[in-house]
Amino acid sequence: MVAELRQRAWDAAAGVTDPEIPVLTIEDLGVLRAVDVTPDGVEVRITPTYTGCPAMGVIALEVELALARAGVAPVRVITVMAPAWTTDWLSEAGRAKLRAYGIAPPPGQASRRALFATEPATCPRCASADTALLAEFGSTACKSLWQCRTCREPFDQFKCH
Amino acid sequence: MSDRFSAMLLRRADDALVLGHRLSEWTGHAPSLEEELALANLALDLIGQARALYTLAAGRGTGEDEDALAYLRGDREYTNLLLLELPNGDFAVTIARLFLYAAFIDPFWRGLSASRDPDLAAIAAKAEKESAYHLRHSAEWLIRLGDGTDESHRRAQAALDRLWPYTGEMFEPEDEVLVAADICPEPAGLREAWNRTVDSVLAEATLARPAEGWMQSGGRAGRHTEHLGHMLAVMQSVARGFPAAKW
Repeated sequence: MVAELRQRAWDAAAGVTDPEIPVLTIEDLGVLRAVDVTPDGVEVRITPTYTGCPAMGVIALEVELALARAGVAPVRVITVMAPAWTTDWLSEAGRAKLRAYGIAPPPGQASRRALFATEPATCPRCASADTALLAEFGSTACKSLWQCRTCREPFDQFKCH
Repeated sequence: MSDRFSAMLLRRADDALVLGHRLSEWTGHAPSLEEELALANLALDLIGQARALYTLAAGRGTGEDEDALAYLRGDREYTNLLLLELPNGDFAVTIARLFLYAAFIDPFWRGLSASRDPDLAAIAAKAEKESAYHLRHSAEWLIRLGDGTDESHRRAQAALDRLWPYTGEMFEPEDEVLVAADICPEPAGLREAWNRTVDSVLAEATLARPAEGWMQSGGRAGRHTEHLGHMLAVMQSVARGFPAAKW
């Protein structure tokens, strides 16, 4: 009974998409951390991708709505900081969806970066590695703006974090 | 211990909020669209860090929430670095300030990510990745300005000379009890790393490191420049004018 409720709550929460990148669910992103059934109701834990991510408020609201639609109540959405989110948590399915949407997924491992070294992004449209960074800070805090020198298209890259 | 802990959190949160607010003042005035977005994103990172630290402090003893801590304390209760409250000045001053601070705070967050306090360590681990971008962005701009035209070089050097007396405050001792308990690193231990970063970037930027001299102090004790009060008056006006307003 508890397991069934937990699964129903998880499935409902897992369907919530990122308001900035609507092809990704919060499950793909690794933002959905845990769903627990407690005597006081269902607790959903989410974690921000960036500390100041303005989407967190909307995501918390969407999770509450999704669980209400699934008939799960009462619900408490808790934002947790530990452990800190990293782009390594982005699922393979999430990476493929990002590429299909025209956003280059974050490169490699979220290890320490050299001060000026930038690994060139791979163009999500033509897969060329001949690309140039246009702006370190793109349309949202989690993306930078690039241009492909092969197909000439500009594109966003999800920053390594 | 909890008073000491929350006082330390407030110092770091006030730093992030004050610099974040200063950077947000560029919105609508930046020299290019890309830089407009960059400065707004940097501000967003810093304000996010401040919110996380205020919320942690509120949960550990200050008894107030993040909004009360940000909007209902006066300038004498703020304990941020003087460096961060100075007006933005021209773009060179804004970039030089961001660089001098980022070169310090990036290794500081790295040290703090090994804190014995797991909540603080998690905030620091995330903030460190953000400050690494801030450091890179500001260093690239400082090199571009210093090694650019005569005018940009002159302004970048003037900015460094003006800000230099405010850099000593970053290395003032943290609470010895917290340092001894491995809850936070000792800022003085980061001076060498800071010197290396600053010297290598200034060399590439063809800028001269200002001579060491008198260092300003007082922010950590709530003694501020005249500028903080003016900044807070703007920042806090809505919250104070409409108490308990919801939006």
